[in-house]
Amino acid sequence: MATLIIAEHDNSTLKASTLHAVTAAQQVGGDIDVLVAGSGCQAAADEAAKVAGVSKVLVADNAAYANQLAENVAKLVAEVGAGYSHIMATSTPEAKNVLPRAAALLDVGQISDILRVDSADTFGRPIYAGNAIATVKSLDAIKVITVRGTAFEAAAAEGGSAAVEAISAAHDAGVSSFVSDEVAQSDRPELTSAKIIVSGGRGMGNGENFAMLDSVADKLGAAVGASRAAVDAGFVPNDMQVGQTGKIVAPDLYVAVGISGAIQHLAGMKDSKYIVAINKDDEAPIFQVADYGLVADLFEAVPELDSKL
Amino acid sequence: MKILVAIKRVVDANVKVRVKPDNSAVDLSNVKMAVNPFCEIAIEEAVRLKEKGIATEVVVVSAGTKDCQEQLRTGLALGADRALQIETDAEVEPLAIAKLLAALVEKEQPGIVMMGKQSIDGENNQTGQMLAALTNMTQGTFASEVEVAGEELLVTREVDGGLQKIGLKLPAVVTTDLRLNEPRYASLPNIMKAKRKPLETITPEDLGVDVAPRLKTLEVTMPEERQAGIKVANVSELVEKLTAEAGVL
Repeated sequence: MATLIIAEHDNSTLKASTLHAVTAAQQVGGDIDVLVAGSGCQAAADEAAKVAGVSKVLVADNAAYANQLAENVAKLVAEVGAGYSHIMATSTPEAKNVLPRAAALLDVGQISDILRVDSADTFGRPIYAGNAIATVKSLDAIKVITVRGTAFEAAAAEGGSAAVEAISAAHDAGVSSFVSDEVAQSDRPELTSAKIIVSGGRGMGNGENFAMLDSVADKLGAAVGASRAAVDAGFVPNDMQVGQTGKIVAPDLYVAVGISGAIQHLAGMKDSKYIVAINKDDEAPIFQVADYGLVADLFEAVPELDSKL
Repeated sequence: MKILVAIKRVVDANVKVRVKPDNSAVDLSNVKMAVNPFCEIAIEEAVRLKEKGIATEVVVVSAGTKDCQEQLRTGLALGADRALQIETDAEVEPLAIAKLLAALVEKEQPGIVMMGKQSIDGENNQTGQMLAALTNMTQGTFASEVEVAGEELLVTREVDGGLQKIGLKLPAVVTTDLRLNEPRYASLPNIMKAKRKPLETITPEDLGVDVAPRLKTLEVTMPEERQAGIKVANVSELVEKLTAEAGVL
């Protein structure tokens, strides 16, 4: 039994998200190898070799893998992964894009976003936006798994000394191409991977008032989210929506400002480690899930919070 | 070009689901069902491509019991031309659905298969990618913008930290994200008209697909309820708690 972890990286550095999958793989047991597929990605591979618990790092360095195009990378993952009992990655947009494609090429199912490892073939995962947890047993020979990062501690990034081995497989399907990147202008992280999220609801009153949250978020290195009520009211665009039909997030800290806490919203954020609610209605349902609640007018509390950070 | 839109009947997003007392599954008896919200976005995008003259025909397809015809009719009312129901009582997993759709792709030869990025019941986010693998089509997942440029499909994708634009050779599978569009509502005359549009039923056997499950659900439980925390008196106390007690600042 051995696990192949698909590393997430930008060719020069290994992304921290990879470390969570390593921990999940340790709970499965067996050797842990890491596949680094990219272009000019030796530095990322060297970092992967230092991660505690990793036995071997496989590097596929080829221009075809430069932008992680699914058509090319999935073929490589299916080929290399065929020799493993488990193929894992942390559930990030990259992994969600590539892994199911690789699973289908191997003719196996995928277990998405696991929260728990019960045994080598049995896992806990959320369904219905986290309103239920299913315990599922895989009947496939190869278990392809994505791991919810927040459910597993990060493995130590230092302390390992894995062998680095180059593999020459070059799969270039030649059917897709990278055109451009539009990296968000701010230093703010993406909602789904942010460690801290500051979210506004209908209580914000209008779109301009979200600037207050932006300022707090910039100080915290946080992402800014919104409830569906705020999106439907036209305050902010719908890609900021956190909730059952929006983004499902589980940061270390979620600050809900002017959000009542309807079930659809809670479904998107209730797995956050710490929840803070700032609301003037002390009976708002959000207080039933908040670790720290502040009953106050957000137009006073948020600027004050901003000045104290 | 023809666009095939795969849609799913799921529990309405506003319903708070309950787990059955025997922990076998979620209780769906007498619960309001609807088109999966991400699938609505897929239908809308396909219909817009038809309105722009890029698509010649929009076909909606769903796999499930007879009940899913209701959602197919919704798709027809929103502008699809015809519907296909893959009739099955079994709970089909993403890989099986991908295989059913792959067989349909073989038959229908669409230029684009449009579908939601995930269903709000299974939360798998797999079917589109699996279909692309099985049909050897290109994939544009989590799409926030779709543009047909000759033989190529330009898809802007929502990725970590921003957007990524890729070029895909057609035929392609596109899975929709929230930002792609705002789905329209079906008007009453269109709902009436949809009743007369063609809806064909086929079976997995017709398509020669084995839908045997790859996963066995052992148990479904309620998540741990969060305990209500404390209320703080003011902002200073909040900041202090977050720093000292929670250690998140």
